[in-house]
Amino acid sequence: MSAAEEVVAEGHAAVEAVPKRAMTLGTGTSIVVLLALIAVPLFAKNFVIFQLTQLLYLGLAVLALNILTGGSGQFSLGQSAFYGIGAYVTAVMMEQFNIPYFLCLPVAGVVCFGAGFLFGQPALRLSGVYLALATFALATAMPQLLKLNFLEPWTGGVQGLVVTKPDAPFGLPMSQDMWLYYFSLVVVLAIYIFSVNLLRSRSGRAFMAIRDNEIAASAMGINVALYKTLAFGVSAGITGVAGGLSAIAVQFVAPDSFTITLAIQLFLGMVVGGVGWLPGSIVGAAFIIFVPNIAEGISKGLSGAVFGVLLFAVIYLVPHGARQVAILGQQLAGRLRKN
Amino acid sequence: MELFTNQVLAGISTGAIYACMALAVVMIYQAIDHLNFAQGEMAMFSTFISWQLMQWGVPYWGAFVITLALSFVGGIAIERILFKPLAKAPVLTNVAGFIALFAIINSSAGLIWDFTIKQYPTPFGSSPFLGSQLISTHQAGMIGVTVLLLIALYFFFQYTRIGLAMRAAASVPESARLVGINTSWMIALGWGMASAIGAIAGMLIAPVVFLEPNMMGGVLIYGFAAAVLGGLTSPFGAVVGGFLVGIFENLAGTYIPGVGNELKLPIALALIISVLVVKPAGLFGRHIVKRV
Repeated sequence: MSAAEEVVAEGHAAVEAVPKRAMTLGTGTSIVVLLALIAVPLFAKNFVIFQLTQLLYLGLAVLALNILTGGSGQFSLGQSAFYGIGAYVTAVMMEQFNIPYFLCLPVAGVVCFGAGFLFGQPALRLSGVYLALATFALATAMPQLLKLNFLEPWTGGVQGLVVTKPDAPFGLPMSQDMWLYYFSLVVVLAIYIFSVNLLRSRSGRAFMAIRDNEIAASAMGINVALYKTLAFGVSAGITGVAGGLSAIAVQFVAPDSFTITLAIQLFLGMVVGGVGWLPGSIVGAAFIIFVPNIAEGISKGLSGAVFGVLLFAVIYLVPHGARQVAILGQQLAGRLRKN
Repeated sequence: MELFTNQVLAGISTGAIYACMALAVVMIYQAIDHLNFAQGEMAMFSTFISWQLMQWGVPYWGAFVITLALSFVGGIAIERILFKPLAKAPVLTNVAGFIALFAIINSSAGLIWDFTIKQYPTPFGSSPFLGSQLISTHQAGMIGVTVLLLIALYFFFQYTRIGLAMRAAASVPESARLVGINTSWMIALGWGMASAIGAIAGMLIAPVVFLEPNMMGGVLIYGFAAAVLGGLTSPFGAVVGGFLVGIFENLAGTYIPGVGNELKLPIALALIISVLVVKPAGLFGRHIVKRV
């Protein structure tokens, strides 16, 4: 049984109470969350807005991984590689060729889609642990590849590249941070809606059929090879856009920002948020951004250990991540309404 | 030609360490079907324990034996306390657990022994081996210990009752349980042995990479690579894989232009991916046919 098969098999028992596969939030909840996301920056300081932007683009990267693992049942520890490619494509285009940032993001997405699709080709023959290993290798190799000598005129080698933060357009009275936040929000929202629709479409059903039983899926006439690589490509493309956003927000790209640690963080974000539950991506991103800070606050020297203990607490108490919490909350609300 | 021989021999000696790590990885993989991402940190912690014992005045081999015993018990304790409750959890949860363990061990080691780099003694000495300039006694010692370890494991698994029970529990747990094998404890035993083997690898590599909390990062990746290359189901394959990765790493660094030290790792990993694409079960792994 592969990773996601088990996740899903177990997940069903816990998700029964929730209607319709429960990959997303209900309409009402979605609108409330969206309104909150729009309103919060109006009352926050620039640093908090920056952190919220970080939450958005890391959430987007976790979402991409979620499409791959929760959707098609493949496993990747190499998302940092695509994230890095996306960030670099954006940074190089903006700084070396003076192309406006909003045009760079789609290009980053397309380039990463291509890279993911190509990587998916050999990865097709691998499954489970072997795929994890191959993607792990990709993530380990990426910082070294970004440092390559002949790329240095564009990438700036070890030093990396500084990216200028865009101003708000049309003379809008907004700080750069706030503009970037709303810009990211629009991008993330568009991709989120695209992902939800993708997973509900014919292709999405093909992904899930492959996840649940590859052999049965191929017997039904699904082109397994095509859809597996497609899932890899889509996931890589979205990760690339997230990387591009991060490059603009952080204003800096360097090879060592895209190490295996980042890939592991994204992976943890997915587990904490709940595999296959798209809104969980933002919760997962919040976990990987804020929990290390909290851990640092509890004990300076032991922050890694505190982080580890918290992580263990999560996987023991709520093995299905934020999704489980959401379901519990929903059931509780339902019971209250009845009384 | 001398350069070539030199590089191959150096590759074999570092390969011995990769082989030990790969062995440890395969031991746990056999027992629970998961890759232990915290294996390197467990080995690092064991190495620190042996260093601490030596600081307290215990002679090298005494510290070696005590560390092995402690690591064995520690490995079993980790399995019993942390991972037994996760036995039925999905793979993703387990991987998260391994990463959590990684963070805990790494951070505690940093707090107890801090992050400064420490010298670690070698029991074999660093003079040239048998008067030849090609290889040092320590490197020869690393190869010797690995070969001894492999022979010991071979005899353990082939000729002892408990070795047989462990193999049975790993390959067909249900049937093993029916004939009265306590499969749950066999898993714990696998953890203990893997932890002890990792400790040996750590203590052997420490004189080369120096002792510090992050010393096993690169080694573990090569260990994984070696295990996958040889086939995750075969301890013998893991050892061969270790030597192959060691040799290939050194030769690629020396002879492929533009590779050097920086790109050694990506090149080694590219090799592994190419092998897997051609032979997905690794060089010596069993090919498992699944039924619908």
